[in-house]
Amino acid sequence: MPKTLASKLWDSHVVRQAPGEPDLLYIDLHLVHEVTSPQAFEGLRLAGRRVRRPDLTLATMDHNIATSRAEAPDEISQLQMRTLEENCSAAGIRLYGVGSRHQGIVHIIGPELGLTQPGMTIVCGDSHTSTHGALGALAFGIGTSEVEHVLATQTLPQRRPKDLAITVDGDLPLGVVAKDVALGIISKIGVAGGRGHLVEYRGSTIRDLSLEGRLTVCNMTIEGGARAGMVAPDDTTFAYLEGRQFAPRGAAWEQALDHWRALVTDEGAAFDHEVVIDAGGLEPYVSWGTNPGQSVPVTGRVPEPASETDERALRYMALKAGTAIQDISLDRVFIGSCTNARLEDLRLAAAVVEGRHVHPKVRAMVVPGSMSVRAAAEAEGLDRVFLEAGFEWREAGCSMCLGMNPDILQPGERCASTSNRNFEGRQGAGGRTHLVSPPMAAAAAIAGHLVDIREFEGGAG
Amino acid sequence: MTPFVRHSGRVAPLDKADVDTDQIIPKQFLKRIERTGFGEFLFFDWRKDPNFVLNRPEYEGASILVTGPNFGCGSSREHAPWALQDYGFRAVIAPSFSDIFQANCLKIGLLPVQLPEATVRELMGAGDVTVDLDRQVVSADGVDHRFEIDEFSRINIMEGLDEIGLTVRQESAIAAFEEKRPDWMPALG
Repeated sequence: MPKTLASKLWDSHVVRQAPGEPDLLYIDLHLVHEVTSPQAFEGLRLAGRRVRRPDLTLATMDHNIATSRAEAPDEISQLQMRTLEENCSAAGIRLYGVGSRHQGIVHIIGPELGLTQPGMTIVCGDSHTSTHGALGALAFGIGTSEVEHVLATQTLPQRRPKDLAITVDGDLPLGVVAKDVALGIISKIGVAGGRGHLVEYRGSTIRDLSLEGRLTVCNMTIEGGARAGMVAPDDTTFAYLEGRQFAPRGAAWEQALDHWRALVTDEGAAFDHEVVIDAGGLEPYVSWGTNPGQSVPVTGRVPEPASETDERALRYMALKAGTAIQDISLDRVFIGSCTNARLEDLRLAAAVVEGRHVHPKVRAMVVPGSMSVRAAAEAEGLDRVFLEAGFEWREAGCSMCLGMNPDILQPGERCASTSNRNFEGRQGAGGRTHLVSPPMAAAAAIAGHLVDIREFEGGAG
Repeated sequence: MTPFVRHSGRVAPLDKADVDTDQIIPKQFLKRIERTGFGEFLFFDWRKDPNFVLNRPEYEGASILVTGPNFGCGSSREHAPWALQDYGFRAVIAPSFSDIFQANCLKIGLLPVQLPEATVRELMGAGDVTVDLDRQVVSADGVDHRFEIDEFSRINIMEGLDEIGLTVRQESAIAAFEEKRPDWMPALG
């Protein structure tokens, strides 16, 4: 019987199946960070259990670290980070902590180290674990009780979600990038549209995206309500992986390739639901409200509220219906996060910024997703482009995506952000977030207001 | 986990769709390394509004939250159900829950009850209700509303079973699976 990619990934990881019970899935890689793990390790200790497979577990620090060496995290953050160090050391788990050249946002470092590979199951106590599906892995976010379950058993009991195909076909118009594909999908299906499903992204637009672009699209899967999103591995995936630190080599690489090439949805396999999107109709998107589904094309206007949720969002965002998106002026610009802080994102932003200067009213920062991204960007001079334009160039971390660290918006500040969530207070209590792509964020920093990258001189190049 | 069999209590209506976990427990409170003590920070920013449901005297002591669809979307933080439970909620009734939030609730015995939107709306004004997991009904004003929950979760929560303990019993199946894992898969050994 023909199978979907998700079914192949799922079925090949079932350790035990019993009528009426969830499937017991084997987990190939467990990523751990400082915020959602301490209670899990404590639970293990209280129950007298050990970490079953420290060799399939990797820890990093990203959520509450400071992104400037001159700043120190608060004391509670420091305790949380120390706790991670102690837990990893006691369990024999490798930790890429502050000061490591591999440190970075957990969803940036997995792929860049070559740890994220096709055909794997990957979990992490973080909803953006969906990112890793871009390489053809089954990857999803879990809660702390589940973190404890995986630490103890390397497995997780899970009910099989349904299959949702999101097909995007056609060439992307000029100025439209992977982030716009993600926002376009969510504004179509809504923030709950993918609930209860595993998403497979298909179609020529997805095939033509770089691996980094696919990571951006899969990253935002959770914002459409689905726990996991994936793209079937292909030559783009294999070219990205080959030679990376943890990628197989030699004969093992060939063996792996044979296996990976079979990881596609079979002809005739059925999905429970399908959504089709015409890439030609996509535009650069901007979120106007307090969830990612509340997004419109940059050429649009703040819409008339259609619900109490919309009205509340307008009040929180201090926006009036009918305002042209491009008339919205900004205080801050943030280029970073597990959505958009890879080398390609920084290149796209730098190309817009080069030779220009950040608007005097705006404070703008670039936070590379990992220390490796930072080093690679510096090797090609991107740091100088940003610094000369008046951006701050910071160390790797989650930074202002979630404001658990010194990088936060002040109440009332308005920010164009390449991150993934515009929830109330997400970037700092009272802060107002507009989600955009890296080139759109870069152009907004220069203009001092939201602006259409396609009309920004040289911007859509 | 806290076992749940039957609970009668006052309803607190939070008539909003897509309530995200950033609202349930904002990020500045995720830095604790304990599982307890989150209740006082539940809905931290919304509680600054004196008219917010949890600030109103008629809902004081409420132990059943009744709310809109897609409750608990966004971040996977289990701190959200911890905060609800620590505040005193034993069950949350909604037309739908986000996937990760629902899974997190089931692990700690905060009962997520899914009912049709019209029923949920009715229950928002019900005052006192009884949630009976044994019979799978929510009773209000003498009317029983049946809800569905998978049998595995139902038994686990009623008995407060240690799910990790159940999985540990599958050790031989796990070990057998590991024997067959391909060599080229990465390990940090």
